[in-house]
Amino acid sequence: MDRRVIEERIFKVLMVASTLAIVSSLVLILAVVVVKGVPAMNLSMVTQTPKGGYYLGKEGGILNAIIGSLYLAGGATFVSIMISLPMVLYLNVYSRKGSGLAGFVRFSLDVLWGVPSIVYGAFGFTIMLFFGLKASLLGGIIAVALLILPIMSRAMDEVIRMIPRELLEASYSLGATRLETAFKVVVRQALPGILTAVLIGFGRGIGDAASVIFTAGFTDSVPYSLFRPAATLPLAIFFQLGTPFPEVRERAYASAFILTVIILAVSIVSRILTKRFTKHIVR
Amino acid sequence: MQSSRLLKDRLAGRLMLVLTIFSGLIVFLMAIGLYQRSRPILAIKSLGEILFSSSWHPSRGEFGFFPFIMGSLWVTGVAVAIAIPLCLLTAIYLSEYASRYVQEWIKPLIDLLAGIPSVIYGVWGVLVIVPLIKDHIAPLFGKFSSGYSVLAGGIVLAIMVFPIIIHVCVEVFRSVPYGMREASLSLGATKWQTTKHVVVRKAMPGVIAAVVLGLSRAFGETMAVLMVAGNVAKVPSSVLEPAYPLPALIANNYGEMMSVPLYDSALLLASMILLLVVLFFNVIARIVLMRVERSIE
Amino acid sequence: MEFKTHISVQNLSVFYGKEQALKNISIDIPDKKIIVIIGPSGCGKTTLLKSFNRLIDSIEGIRVSGKVLVDGENIFDPGVEVTRIRKKMGLLSQNPYPLPMSIYDNVAYGPRIHGQRNKKQLEAIVEHYLKETGLWDEVKDRLYSPASRLSVGQQQRLCLARGLAVEPEIILADEPTSALDPKSSRRIEETFLRLKKEYTTIIVTHILRQAKRLADYVVFLYLGELIEHGPAEEIFENPREEMTKEYIKGVIS
Repeated sequence: MDRRVIEERIFKVLMVASTLAIVSSLVLILAVVVVKGVPAMNLSMVTQTPKGGYYLGKEGGILNAIIGSLYLAGGATFVSIMISLPMVLYLNVYSRKGSGLAGFVRFSLDVLWGVPSIVYGAFGFTIMLFFGLKASLLGGIIAVALLILPIMSRAMDEVIRMIPRELLEASYSLGATRLETAFKVVVRQALPGILTAVLIGFGRGIGDAASVIFTAGFTDSVPYSLFRPAATLPLAIFFQLGTPFPEVRERAYASAFILTVIILAVSIVSRILTKRFTKHIVR
Repeated sequence: MQSSRLLKDRLAGRLMLVLTIFSGLIVFLMAIGLYQRSRPILAIKSLGEILFSSSWHPSRGEFGFFPFIMGSLWVTGVAVAIAIPLCLLTAIYLSEYASRYVQEWIKPLIDLLAGIPSVIYGVWGVLVIVPLIKDHIAPLFGKFSSGYSVLAGGIVLAIMVFPIIIHVCVEVFRSVPYGMREASLSLGATKWQTTKHVVVRKAMPGVIAAVVLGLSRAFGETMAVLMVAGNVAKVPSSVLEPAYPLPALIANNYGEMMSVPLYDSALLLASMILLLVVLFFNVIARIVLMRVERSIE
Repeated sequence: MEFKTHISVQNLSVFYGKEQALKNISIDIPDKKIIVIIGPSGCGKTTLLKSFNRLIDSIEGIRVSGKVLVDGENIFDPGVEVTRIRKKMGLLSQNPYPLPMSIYDNVAYGPRIHGQRNKKQLEAIVEHYLKETGLWDEVKDRLYSPASRLSVGQQQRLCLARGLAVEPEIILADEPTSALDPKSSRRIEETFLRLKKEYTTIIVTHILRQAKRLADYVVFLYLGELIEHGPAEEIFENPREEMTKEYIKGVIS
């Protein structure tokens, strides 16, 4: 009898310890980013591009990467919305429940969700070779758009699926077409959820390095054309971390800090949106 | 006016259908695209030769993937070995023992871990884990290590896959009907006995699927391992030695790729292999999870 | 009706947060009889049943006041070992919940967790209780196949055998035949009648005809309150309370 209780107590301790270990690893990671990043932050860091080359130049900041990342992730998010939203609306409004196509596409996207980002980079690269495109902002946008497509569409699908059939039927019985129902009723009802999905996609896209390493290249300058290489924060970290020059490393830490702040902000905003959304659903 | 609305509806419907079909086909397009680019090297070397040769000298035209495949397996193996016990314990705690208050705080924190980019894990690994191994762990075993090792990669990867394994495990535990727990408790079993013999047992297929998903994520992970695993093209013989996982190989050599003949083809073949392996694991895990979901209904 | 009291409920009140599910219930449950608890759905029958084996403990926000004495011992005493109390009771739920293991392991589960390791004794126990519930002949050739493959009626009989294998004194049954076809329902009822001699059986049901077939003693609950209780003939032929009369006539449901 005692044995059972002892066993339970041991495991309870182990369980709590394990949970604490996992949570503290999160805290530790954020702590390192802050401890290294905050001292590296100053006005010139965020307003100037690296002077003398990003790898060797000791002066200047990471404006190239900040703007580059915003353009690239922004562009990729835009492209991804243009594909995700119509598709998810199609799956939920136009096609019938349980249709083979819907099941197939959903499964296909679910599987795509797990594909490593380096593969997206490699595939983006093959597309670029096919069109004769060189490492550029556009190449990066294509690769990242594909990367975040499954993530964004799954998040959108989950919110739009929750909309009760009766709401759609009410719209149809008023004489609206499927298109009108999709955009006037569904999107309006699910707007916070859709925005959350967009944010999630953006957050994922801005932080990814492996998909852009092949496709976007890197440069010292702020992007001025779709067809020239663009700098990104993740690659700014990667390239500038391993340098012997401490000033260059500072740029890496600053990039890490800014990237983490952006991602945390996106995470928190999307969580708030989700909470507000689930409060007011028509059920 | 009526007909123009209907026309819009139909046209839009067609356009949306095209986008939908396109999305469903992306996976296949990727596999085909990568395969096309891999053909040059497959034309002169057989797949078996490439997979099992340890000789990696691109400038001499030698492309043996074996050290990289082994490197991936070692690092992934360590990661999963660390992750499974921790994730199981945490998932059981969150699902069976923790109060709602605790759950509401801890789950978002774990999800936050999932959002941290790979490079940041890499930075952390370089600043914290690598010196830890070099200065503390290796000497403990009487060995020397630069710190850039399988173990470093494994530890960092383990933390990266915690969120997905825990998330899926908690979902699967929650799917076990409450009545089953009540039945066990009514017989006089303790909560732990119930958890062990009933909940985890019933959820086992889902737990395995969760681990497979984590494994597949770890296998494909690139930047963090690239920064901490050492990148030496040799099959590792201990966890303290460096390794060169397959994704790291692909990412590291994008620069030289175009200047050496067949190099690009080899790296794209590596990408395709990576894609197929990951797809295989993902499909199986998803099918298992769908079956688990269906058995609830 | 003269009887020995097995369970004595004294001023039992159960609160789910602010809602009061059971209002000051006091009743003596007679020993080795079939007691049927009747009443419209949602009136606290299941809560009462589950407070007997303290299954309600795991519900968050639950508050209990009052006493429940089993063999003279208050089961809600803080010092009491819950698992020992639960061993005295066997619970049969509305939906059968076979454990995720073989038929054999299901029945052996109870004895095993209480320390029984001897293989021969376990085999004897499994056979005995499967025979007791009339399941033995149907499953003796596939004892080691998963319990989930049995039909619903067989699963319910398995759950009963499983519950009996820990040698309880009291059987608690919550709508035990609602999910079953008439033939399986009859078999379960027959088993209850047979077991009456050795176990105090408390059955919750909303099927009045079933209550009439099985009950020695009847308890009528309405909205968490104990309206009336007494020997079966009295309650069915000549109930004292108006509400009881109406329920039995089938007006309230």
